[in-house]
Amino acid sequence: MSQVIVITSGKGGVGKTTTSANVGTALTLLGRQVVLVDADIGLRNLDVVMGLENRIVYDLVDVVEGRCRLKQALIKDKRFEGLFLLPAAQTRDKNAVSPEQMKKLCDTLREEFDYVILDCPAGIEQGFKNAIAGADRALVVTTPEVSAVRDADRIIGLLESNGISNTQLIINRVRMNMVKRGDMMAMDDVVEILAIDLIGVVPDDENIVVSTNRGEPAAIEANTLAGKAFRNIADRVEGKEIPFLDLTTGNNFVGKLKKVFGFGN
Amino acid sequence: MLDFNSLFGRKNKSSSVAKDRLKLVLIHDRINCSTELLEMMRADILAVISKYVDIDDDFNIEISNIQCEEGGKKSPVLSANIPIKNLKKVNN
Repeated sequence: MSQVIVITSGKGGVGKTTTSANVGTALTLLGRQVVLVDADIGLRNLDVVMGLENRIVYDLVDVVEGRCRLKQALIKDKRFEGLFLLPAAQTRDKNAVSPEQMKKLCDTLREEFDYVILDCPAGIEQGFKNAIAGADRALVVTTPEVSAVRDADRIIGLLESNGISNTQLIINRVRMNMVKRGDMMAMDDVVEILAIDLIGVVPDDENIVVSTNRGEPAAIEANTLAGKAFRNIADRVEGKEIPFLDLTTGNNFVGKLKKVFGFGN
Repeated sequence: MLDFNSLFGRKNKSSSVAKDRLKLVLIHDRINCSTELLEMMRADILAVISKYVDIDDDFNIEISNIQCEEGGKKSPVLSANIPIKNLKKVNN
């Protein structure tokens, strides 16, 4: 049963595109057929993050407006078996597509792929409405900052009122040393505030910058913390129960005790 | 210099400040209650209660901290402190 998953956040710059690229790649590494759809029309970025920017001929708007067939616009990622990208248009704006057209597109892609991953634009306007129109479930990305968490709360509410209740949270860019000294909200704090299920915690890892520079998803490297975190998210998307990476324990006395005696998560 | 708070307290940690501020702002966000809406409610409450009692028309209503219900579920609370001037108006 294929799934259409929208990666969204409300606030910009929290890592939606990085998350889309890496969760998509990690799902492919698990043997799934995956298509990444860049729904950020006018501000296309998923192509550069994936390192596929030189291979774009047609885009999402070309498909929707019938200038090409869907197969012509899909870029096959030669590094991974079963990974494709449908790039956004760069010279059009969000109003070039309607929610109905996006829903139809998602339903067509659903027939060919196990996972359709939609990289949602920031904001709550037309672009957001388009991106969520055809989605079955949502992964909400936030960072442990007040602005990002507030926007995530708003997005969770909007998803719910649009009939998407299967929503999980990814906390991105966690800086362990700051959490430890009490200068960054811990994962428990964010989960308590937003009251939704957590599906992943990703550390603030320099490897992400390096891999984005190169156009190679960090999920390729299983030995980096961020790469491991994204692979774990892919496993959990598949329904597997994987313990969370040890990033936020040891913040208090009880946590330290737990860690010493081996009860930490 | 040994900072007592950094040793024993969590109150002054910026993460606790962030959490407390977020909780408060989300209460308002979630019920979509603007200050204008609160002011309208205040005016209506004043009008209704004034039919029966003399009250101070200077009272405030506010959405306050989360209250724990029996089931452990949290919800925002609307509270108003209305000083009564006198009860003589009460009929019946």
